[in-house]
Amino acid sequence: MPHKIIRNERLNSNVCRLEIEAIDISEKALPGQFIILRVDEQGERIPLTLLRTCQKAKTVEIIVQEVGTTTLKLCALRSGDEIKDMIGPLGVPTEIENYGRAICIGGGVGIAEIFPVARALKDAGNEVVSIIGARNKDFLILEREMRDVSNQLHITTDDGSHGRRGFVSDVLRELLAWGKIDIVFAVGPIPMMKVISDVTRPAKIKTIVSLNSIMVDGTGMCGSCRVTVGDKVKFVCVDGPDFDAHLVDFTELSKRQARFLENEKVSLEKYKGEHKPCHQN
Amino acid sequence: MPPKLERQAMPAQDARKRRKNFNEVALGYTEELALAEAKRCLGCKNSKCRQGCPVDIDIKVFIEVIRKKDYAGALRIIKEKNNLPAICGRVCPQETQCEEYCILSKKDKPVAIGRLERFVADWVIDKKIKEEIPQAVIKKNKKVAVIGSGPAGLTCAADLSKLGYAVTVFEGLHASGGVLRYGIPEFRLPKHILDIEVDFIQKLGVNIALNIVVGKTKTVEDLRQEGFEAFFVGTGAGLPYFLEIPGENLNGVYSANEFLTRVNLMKAYKFPEYDTPVVIGNKACVIGAGNVAMDSARAALRLGAEEVTIVYRRSVKEMPARIEEIEHAKEEGIKFHLLTAPLRILGDKFGRVKALICIKNKLGEPDASGRRRPVPIAGSEFELLSETVICAIGQGPNPLLLSTLPDLKLNKRGNVVVDHNLMTSIPGVFAGGDIVTGAATVIEAMGAGKHAAEKIDSYLKNKQFP
Repeated sequence: MPHKIIRNERLNSNVCRLEIEAIDISEKALPGQFIILRVDEQGERIPLTLLRTCQKAKTVEIIVQEVGTTTLKLCALRSGDEIKDMIGPLGVPTEIENYGRAICIGGGVGIAEIFPVARALKDAGNEVVSIIGARNKDFLILEREMRDVSNQLHITTDDGSHGRRGFVSDVLRELLAWGKIDIVFAVGPIPMMKVISDVTRPAKIKTIVSLNSIMVDGTGMCGSCRVTVGDKVKFVCVDGPDFDAHLVDFTELSKRQARFLENEKVSLEKYKGEHKPCHQN
Repeated sequence: MPPKLERQAMPAQDARKRRKNFNEVALGYTEELALAEAKRCLGCKNSKCRQGCPVDIDIKVFIEVIRKKDYAGALRIIKEKNNLPAICGRVCPQETQCEEYCILSKKDKPVAIGRLERFVADWVIDKKIKEEIPQAVIKKNKKVAVIGSGPAGLTCAADLSKLGYAVTVFEGLHASGGVLRYGIPEFRLPKHILDIEVDFIQKLGVNIALNIVVGKTKTVEDLRQEGFEAFFVGTGAGLPYFLEIPGENLNGVYSANEFLTRVNLMKAYKFPEYDTPVVIGNKACVIGAGNVAMDSARAALRLGAEEVTIVYRRSVKEMPARIEEIEHAKEEGIKFHLLTAPLRILGDKFGRVKALICIKNKLGEPDASGRRRPVPIAGSEFELLSETVICAIGQGPNPLLLSTLPDLKLNKRGNVVVDHNLMTSIPGVFAGGDIVTGAATVIEAMGAGKHAAEKIDSYLKNKQFP
């Protein structure tokens, strides 16, 4: 059954926020879970973390960054358009409980993925300290939403155009020096998650990262998304996407993310050749 | 003695040509060939062939009807028992089923029952003959949920629908057919054939709900709330096994499931017209020697690999693939490294596969499976240059749905335990096919689906079994 686009709002030059009709998924989804979608008949199946769901409107919201053919196709959709297939909610929901003082870190579009976790942690009674960061002011998304669900919000940009200049890990190091931290949740680019993991390891602070690896079916059938965690091979789609950051082999993960880089370029060139850029908003 | 009639060979695409395309390899009998082959049937009074058919097709009679040139009539006889004849005629291992029982096989080659089955199914499709859709006489006001749209699920659903039940098949992927869709390549089972046979099942009244992952999108409990009174779990063998050797997460190592799903379901062989890629390189190794391994090797060749090698730890005698598939693979130029076990996979600095390190085996004493155990020969390690390694060493039961049913009894391999009525430890929940037996054949799964449909019918009639 096709899924109707209710709204597509462009947040910056390459990030969109889509609200999509999804009756069954909206009833079931919990923080940390994701969907897999296929835009059209020729489309690839890609996983995307859910930003939020609305049970009343029976919709889900996702944040999409234009990086490849599928994400470009998604961002080009307008309200009333349809995407062909969507399944979910997939993956194990994030373990939400009252940990005490929880740090929620989001980098780039990872902010979209940390948002539902921060909100649920706040609702569960945690003191939520959030750190969000991006390249510059324009790429920092969901600041207002994050402020609403955090007891304290820290902002960093690489160029200092908003918040403080630097990285989210800089703030984390300072927080670490200041006082007790019970748990850290971090979502963002692989190098960021690796640095966060290195920062919290000596202090033995439980750190959970949400991984986004290459998937096909998303139900544990193909093993495309496999990742080494400790001495075990895990499937991100069914065993994750949340894992203990201190056990994840980030080096292997980042190599595996480049598996189809050449093909992705070919596909993107072809798509761009057929569609002229569409950045009106 | 009447003159001996030769078993008619199957016309096939030329090996040199077909190794470069995804078009069907076996082309099917012409009418002349089919009639000549049907003539070979002795019409035994006590015919044994039917015993070898897991779905109990009246083989003797359908061949008799072929001889009268009533091909649509022959198909009707097959369809009394089997809703997927064009598929079964292509992928069933008839040599170990019906054809093994054929009396001719004692002294000569058996009647090519599978090829005749395919011929009549294709005839009706090609000639666009309108088929009568059998309608249930009495509609029973009861809903049955079938989980998984592979051969077991489709068969169970079709039979229950014919009995008058309101059946919905829930499929997690975006297309129906299960392994017939994602596993078996186009050159062995064209997807338009699958579409036609699934369409027929829908015309019987079966509702297929795609993109519903039962256990995630909806639970069995949700479905009970929606009024489903019985369930058939036919979720197949959807958990890929890996070798558990060093280097297995290097780029270029695929499970056969991933490789074939990319190629078949996602149509990566049409990249970049289709968005899903698959990378194969010049040299590829496939570990294993079952039908999935043959399919993977032959698909790799068609994707442009110059050299594709099957690496198998036992000898030619133990290879589990159908002889026909092994022959086809050899004709196409697939190499075979038998009595060879992979030890580790070597990568380059970018994390890409560059070689497979193997060791030679000799055969020792028989193991638990009755097959002679491969024993490594010390000092016989060697390197096979390769950019792709595909693991086709088997699949286990996918735990995604099963783990959401804590009361469901599983055996130590993780397969669902059923009683002689194919009912699981949860009342009203039945199971069949690979999820129960472990990876087996399409037709055995269909046999289980059929059997389960009968049992579900008796269960729903009086909540007990005769």
